[in-house]
Amino acid sequence: MKKQIKTKPLNTLKCVFPVKSVNEGLSRMIVAAFISQLDPTVSELSDMKTVISEAVTNCIVHAYKGFPDKSKAFVYIYGEYYSDGRVVIKVKDKGVGIEDVKLARQPLYTTDRENERSGMGFTIMESFTDKLRVYSKKGKGTTVVIEKRIGL
Amino acid sequence: MECSYDFKDNVLHVKLTGEIDHHNAKQAREEIDALIERNAPKKLYLDLSNITFCDSSGLGLVMGRMKKAAEFGAAFVIRNPSPAVNRILNIAGMDKLVKIEKYAAAENK
Repeated sequence: MKKQIKTKPLNTLKCVFPVKSVNEGLSRMIVAAFISQLDPTVSELSDMKTVISEAVTNCIVHAYKGFPDKSKAFVYIYGEYYSDGRVVIKVKDKGVGIEDVKLARQPLYTTDRENERSGMGFTIMESFTDKLRVYSKKGKGTTVVIEKRIGL
Repeated sequence: MECSYDFKDNVLHVKLTGEIDHHNAKQAREEIDALIERNAPKKLYLDLSNITFCDSSGLGLVMGRMKKAAEFGAAFVIRNPSPAVNRILNIAGMDKLVKIEKYAAAENK
């Protein structure tokens, strides 16, 4: 079996903030500033900001639905980038979880039609990244892992 | 997010400036809907040339205003979408559903 060499990231990021919609702008600016050290193009930066905004919006709109005490509800962002330009960002919540991830990833699928959610969040995330993984457990929360190569 | 408008000859021009995300889409939605209800226009132009950021909330906003305009029998046209808006509209295939005018005359802004 071929042994895989695990490379260390050049830089890492950890950030936690409360589930408030005002933090959507903050989160995408933080990640944009983090990856700016890789000298991304305007389009790469814009794509990453959109993806982060989608992931964080999901945490804010859906993850903590029905939670009585939102003061204890947080969004966690972990970032890493590597010497080959690979950026890995994890957006995590400890909310209700997604019952059917496959269904949630379908274009136009939404559980919140009345608030004009388009249901295109995951589709946009998939289009703007190289790899998108979603791990979710009912009652435990969801982690979205975003992978994209920058500056190639 | 800033929302400016001009109503002339039954045509409502709305211009949005800034970023469209879930946080500020609600405000834009309420302002545009109030303008449609107050003026009952025959045509609604939504100018998105000054939008610097747009995610799927922007799609929801456009789809919702298209429905609202249809309720009032108004034609709905997106004017000069910025590259950020264009990319999102294309991914969702909205460019085939909505009339989009690019590089329209400056006097109609």
